[in-house]
Amino acid sequence: MPELDPLLLSRIQFAFTISFHILFPSFTIGLAAWLVVLEALWLKTGKDIYFRIAQQWTKIFAVSFGMGVVSGVVLSYEFGTNWSELSRRGGNVIGPLMAYEVLTAFFLEAGFLGIMLFGWKRVPKWVHFFASCMVAFGTLLSAFWILSANSFMQTPAGYTVDAGGVLHVADWWQAIFSPSFPYRFAHMVAAAYLTTAFIVAGIGAWYILRAKSVPEGRVMLGMGLSLLVWLAPLQILLGDLHGLNALHYQPAKVAALEAHWETGKDVPLILFAIPDPKAETNRYQVEVPHLGSLILTHEWDGEVKGLKDFKPEDRPDPIIPFFAFRLMVGIGLIMVAVGIAGAVLWLTGRLFESRWFLRTLTWVSPLGFLAVLAGWFTAEVGRQPWTVYGILRTADAVSPVPGGSVLASVILFVLVYGIVFGAGLYYIIKLVQRGPEEAPPAPEEADLSHRPMAAAGNP
Amino acid sequence: MTDAAATTLSDILPVMLPLAWAAILALGVFLYVVLGGYDLGLGALFPIAPSDKDRDAMMGSVAPFWDGNETWLVLGGGGLLAAFPLAYSVMLPALYLPIILMLIGLILRGVAFEFRFKSEKSRWMWDAAFAGGSLLAALMQGAIIGAFVQGFAVTDNKFSGGPFDWITPFSATTAIAVLSGYVLLSACWLIMKGDEALRDWAYGIARYALIAVAVFIAIFSLWTPIMHPEIAARWFTPGHMVMLSPVPVMTAAAIATLWITLNKRYRYAPFLLAIGIFILCYTGLGVSLFPYIIPPDITIWQAAAAPKSQLFMLYGAIPILPIILAYTAYSYYVFWDATEHDAYH
Repeated sequence: MPELDPLLLSRIQFAFTISFHILFPSFTIGLAAWLVVLEALWLKTGKDIYFRIAQQWTKIFAVSFGMGVVSGVVLSYEFGTNWSELSRRGGNVIGPLMAYEVLTAFFLEAGFLGIMLFGWKRVPKWVHFFASCMVAFGTLLSAFWILSANSFMQTPAGYTVDAGGVLHVADWWQAIFSPSFPYRFAHMVAAAYLTTAFIVAGIGAWYILRAKSVPEGRVMLGMGLSLLVWLAPLQILLGDLHGLNALHYQPAKVAALEAHWETGKDVPLILFAIPDPKAETNRYQVEVPHLGSLILTHEWDGEVKGLKDFKPEDRPDPIIPFFAFRLMVGIGLIMVAVGIAGAVLWLTGRLFESRWFLRTLTWVSPLGFLAVLAGWFTAEVGRQPWTVYGILRTADAVSPVPGGSVLASVILFVLVYGIVFGAGLYYIIKLVQRGPEEAPPAPEEADLSHRPMAAAGNP
Repeated sequence: MTDAAATTLSDILPVMLPLAWAAILALGVFLYVVLGGYDLGLGALFPIAPSDKDRDAMMGSVAPFWDGNETWLVLGGGGLLAAFPLAYSVMLPALYLPIILMLIGLILRGVAFEFRFKSEKSRWMWDAAFAGGSLLAALMQGAIIGAFVQGFAVTDNKFSGGPFDWITPFSATTAIAVLSGYVLLSACWLIMKGDEALRDWAYGIARYALIAVAVFIAIFSLWTPIMHPEIAARWFTPGHMVMLSPVPVMTAAAIATLWITLNKRYRYAPFLLAIGIFILCYTGLGVSLFPYIIPPDITIWQAAAAPKSQLFMLYGAIPILPIILAYTAYSYYVFWDATEHDAYH
């Protein structure tokens, strides 16, 4: 029987648990901000419809937030159970960044979530609005620290390494704001807002289609589209800047996600191929000449490094980054197209009657989540074989734990997440189906409670 | 200038910062043990509760607090990584399986809290998830403490033992001991929060749990020094014995007083006394282990993060932790009557 490889299994486990987790923050970062906007509109205009929509989506927010917390706790322990060498050697840098997430973001969210979920009737309106703002700010702060830690591991800066291979911080400012951080933070926050706007617009379209909660559906569709139409193109610009940054600091990653083997000027854009790492070439390649250099370097004949420029042990396997990147970009283009089509229909007064458009939007609206996952797979598989880029290899970061233990935990996580998150998703779908009109008043027990998901009331 | 006066800040910080962080983490873990303790204990008592109505009341009494309680566990994990990365990187691989099982237990019981109130046909499933998850998490926490006291195989600053090293007669005993401690806490919690029928039942449970806790304290007071001669030396050296005698004496007094208050059916004293017993046991453990964070090899100074890292975090922790503590206290204050009112319905 072959040996179970704890490294591979730990990577699978981390990929699985963090993929599940990231779906919820992506949604709650966007929802928290949108709920602030809805509440501001309600306070300003006094129109009841904004209040009804906010109430319904607060319940969806609560379920999503709860599942984000539960799945996030697991990650904070996996750094030790599965990546203890990363913790030992990188703890001086990433430890404080993550501790600050707990201290600042957890505090803000825990402090104000209760008021936001249950305080509608208990506190003055402005206090409730302030609480909603603080929760939204807390989700951003959380993203700030976590992406700062991630960016340091991608593009380390402001550090020294001692004789024992342990990292020390030389300059906190440089370590926190490492070279890829501004781009990663902007790209991820925009992704969260886009994902949320897309799904909100899609659900609004669905309400209009089924002729139930139509006024609310129109507001959701309108607000979602208003964000989508300019943020989707902006996101492509942000992604492009992020890519230029990666080309400078992580050229092997860019070579992998473009499946370029040979260094060259005037490289093509590869639309489709099946990379073959053993033969160091691509099969079934479909390409557009010149376009690769133009997109990556913004010059017609810019030089792009190929994978062969890096020793085989220093470069990532291009298969996952190549396809994940194309999936992400493809979904981004769909978002741009939907945004433009929606805006044109809206301006010409046909938006709410164009059933083909509403139907399409409903079907494609969950794609944002897939794009988020694809983006993270591109970034994380593309930085292999490094955990801390150029300093600590993933193979050296893993814990001294036998493969059998990790296999057992992988199986447990798959089973339990399957059940728990299946139930949570079912519950969110029920809330969406019920719609804002039929939402009953919050039950008494929920009024008295701090539980995130208790705000969701009874189905 | 004398030599002492010439001592600079850069000499003092590496000595003081690990002490400060050990104190902060010890406080965080203690808060989790007490708050998470009564909370997990309720889950363990869930299947044997007298009625469904009582189960509703039990869950209702802790519902506003459970996720706040669990935040201290996150702080414990995150704080250990940040302040003592070496200890974190030895301990977590050594405790791989019990930590994973604890996390699974916490997930199951956490979501059960939320889904139970919404489900009708599948309520039995979330009841089972709540009870099973709580029991699993409590037992694993007890086993983790036992394995931690016993020590881990460490070579070159890395864990070098096997995946089942943590399973020993000692850790099996600590697992059950911690569970009985949690049950004692939660029975005393119900004495404060329950209606009359639930209180009657809780007084009975608390008595059994207290007997178990007293027996386990006696067992560990003998077992631990026999296992570790250094711990025996610390407690039983004549000078130390006098200095440290208040700990066992006060523990015995607290146990006796708790027994009396249970018989006299006091409402609030039992919970406070149960917390007192936990504080004393925790202090005893601290006396036994200090200054080791991975006994008996690695001290808090050896495991500490770089002073620059510990200092950077301290700047944040000093203003923020009191605010978190204040918020926690406020939340218990605000929801105190509300949940009691709930339980009466």
